[in-house]
Amino acid sequence: MTTAWTPDQPIVSIKDVHKSFGPIEVLKGVSLDVRKGEVICIIGPSGSGKSTLLRCINALVPINQGSIKVEGQEVHDPALDKLELRKKVGMVFQSYNLFPHKTALENVMMAPVHVLKRPKEEVEAQARRLIKKVRLEGKEDAYPGELSGGQQQRVAIARSLAMNPDIMLFDEVTAALDPETVKEVLVTIRELAEEGMTCVLVTHEMGFAREIGDHIYFTDRGIIVEHGPPATFFTSASDPRTRAFLSQIL
Amino acid sequence: MSTPASNPILIQPVPAPAQGESGFLASAFTPRALGIALGMVACLALAGEAWAQLTVGGERPGILATLWKWTPLILLGPPREFGGFALNILVSFLAMAIGTVSGLALGLGLISKFAPVRSVSWAITQFFRNSPWLVLLFFVMLLTPFQMRIGGVTIPFPAWFKATIGLALPIMANIAEIVRGAVNSIPTGQWESAESLAFSRLQTLWRIILPQCVKRMIPPWMNWYAILTMATPLISIVGVNDAMTLTQDALASEQRTELLMPMYGMLLLFFFVYCYPIARWTIRLERKYAVRN
Repeated sequence: MTTAWTPDQPIVSIKDVHKSFGPIEVLKGVSLDVRKGEVICIIGPSGSGKSTLLRCINALVPINQGSIKVEGQEVHDPALDKLELRKKVGMVFQSYNLFPHKTALENVMMAPVHVLKRPKEEVEAQARRLIKKVRLEGKEDAYPGELSGGQQQRVAIARSLAMNPDIMLFDEVTAALDPETVKEVLVTIRELAEEGMTCVLVTHEMGFAREIGDHIYFTDRGIIVEHGPPATFFTSASDPRTRAFLSQIL
Repeated sequence: MSTPASNPILIQPVPAPAQGESGFLASAFTPRALGIALGMVACLALAGEAWAQLTVGGERPGILATLWKWTPLILLGPPREFGGFALNILVSFLAMAIGTVSGLALGLGLISKFAPVRSVSWAITQFFRNSPWLVLLFFVMLLTPFQMRIGGVTIPFPAWFKATIGLALPIMANIAEIVRGAVNSIPTGQWESAESLAFSRLQTLWRIILPQCVKRMIPPWMNWYAILTMATPLISIVGVNDAMTLTQDALASEQRTELLMPMYGMLLLFFFVYCYPIARWTIRLERKYAVRN
């Protein structure tokens, strides 16, 4: 089923999503909307289902109940071409997951060349631009093992961008980094947000969420406890669980 | 708190040998290894010689001269015929090649998403991994015809080729297990990130997972090659002119009991000289890749 999607509708629309892993229900009815160009930050204690929710958006994880629509397309429709969906939705992981047998440049080029079948010369030019954009000029021929965590994460961002996605998902992308390299990755994400990329971030960087988020969601034990624009969310949270969480972090 | 320097039980890493790849053969045949091998054969020759002195009294040619006389036959086979140790090597190459290609296919069957394919692959793997090689060899010898007519063309199946297939079967099953193990050892994050970049399962396997597996698979693969090579004398039982058969032929024509140990000793030496460097090289690669992964 293809419903005509127009940019004034939510680009991602999540309604009452339930997900269980065996007997453990990690998502207990989550709903949220993301509009085009918005930056959404999802915060919350570990184990609250943030990463699972993100994985449901690009169908890495199937859901048990509810609906997730990306650009009007039901993600969990069995007839959906998952590969088509994933061309629209980029994802960056906590553990970078670069391909260790390929150089930085090759990592960025692989998917556009082999999945999108775009001409190699054109992709290479784009890949070099992207590597420059994430401030890694000169590291094109380095293997992931030769790069720092922050550098690898920026290559991973460039790799996702090379697919020209409409939405970028960031799954705790700074959680595995040294404090001093966190900043270089956040700078890259901020630039993307400023260029109008639609971003959904799961993050523990409260200061960063407050600074770049258009809307903050707080999840705990599989539900969205509270959400709002950062100005009100961080200063006047109403739910005691949110307040307790924020007081521990801030 | 003890500092690392003062910690008496701190384990120091073993320094890797410094020589490059070109120096490998030299390093595999350290004076010690070569000494052991040659010493072994010399001892057997001397023992045979002493035995000869005691029992017969020496009009006949010496042990070493006799060994030397038979060496070309045992190494290369009878004149204008292919055989001997060279045939053992050829059979080992072919069986390994056939076993590797079919083992790769079988290994991919083991990780198939399609349950029937997985079950059939599993059954084949288990069957050939847990069967005695010699029985498999007889089985293939008796199962396959000595020639086959396809259209008007008659394709002969010589005994040595059938024996090669017989040896390739257990290799196939063991390589399949190596492939399965290597694929499973790749972190799931690699699959996830490939999936999120819209790679299909097949593309992910060929472009991302298997290339990373090659490095992990080489040491166990070489290990199986060495095992296979050492198992090639089995083919002598099914009537192939390999080094083992020819050694027995030579002994039969000499009719000298004092030659038994030196002749078999020489055969052992051939295999040792061929397999020992492979074993050393395997250990080196294992060490090298263990650090990286």
